[in-house]
Amino acid sequence: MKPDDVRTTTVDVLYFARLREVFGRDREQVQLPGHVQNVAGLTEWLRSRGEPWQRELAAGKPVRIAVNQEMAAAATPVCNGDEVALFPPVTGG
Amino acid sequence: MTVRVQIEDFDAGAEMAAMRRSNPKIGALASFVGVVRDMNEGADVAQMTLEHYPGMTEKALDQIVAQASTRWDIYDVLIVHRVGTLRPTDQIVLVVVASAHRGEAFQACEFLMDYLKTRAPFWKKESTPEGGRWVEARLADDAAAERWS
Repeated sequence: MKPDDVRTTTVDVLYFARLREVFGRDREQVQLPGHVQNVAGLTEWLRSRGEPWQRELAAGKPVRIAVNQEMAAAATPVCNGDEVALFPPVTGG
Repeated sequence: MTVRVQIEDFDAGAEMAAMRRSNPKIGALASFVGVVRDMNEGADVAQMTLEHYPGMTEKALDQIVAQASTRWDIYDVLIVHRVGTLRPTDQIVLVVVASAHRGEAFQACEFLMDYLKTRAPFWKKESTPEGGRWVEARLADDAAAERWS
């Protein structure tokens, strides 16, 4: 166990449909700095990596996010070990 | 209450017969079958590929079925959704609802489809003469789901 002050949050990030193609991967494990604690913080951190995240996850883009397979909002907490999925609005049926 | 995500086709008649015979209290069965069309947004569609989020899909469908069971007095629900590559005239989705009388079955069936279309994590990619394109979510589908809230 690391001490609290240097603890990072490790989450699995999954991408589906068009976002999977644009990002060129269906999943990745990321180490988030300790100050990233919710969905808004995670997307901001992903955007900070530059293109294509900056463009695709820009404010106003129709991106849906699920945390541990439940639909999430900007304020939904993101904790160590969580599974976070980013995808476009759904089009089944 | 059953939810299935599968590559294989389904037999709506056989599924309905099985549900009907499972409970002699059933007086009404309502069903919906979604089918691949050969045209969408002005382009010919040769085939489409359906992708989903394994794990979340089943959870989301279970939650939608639970909501329908709370709202209407229904005996049974079956949802079958296909994934993989589908062609025009292929079946995509089946919803069957059983109840004592038709009102509940009709309404719950429509509710299930409206919620499935806006909340279950499936995505369609069409192959057209101009290449592949992801189907965009329709505002009309959001409006249809909103009617129930």
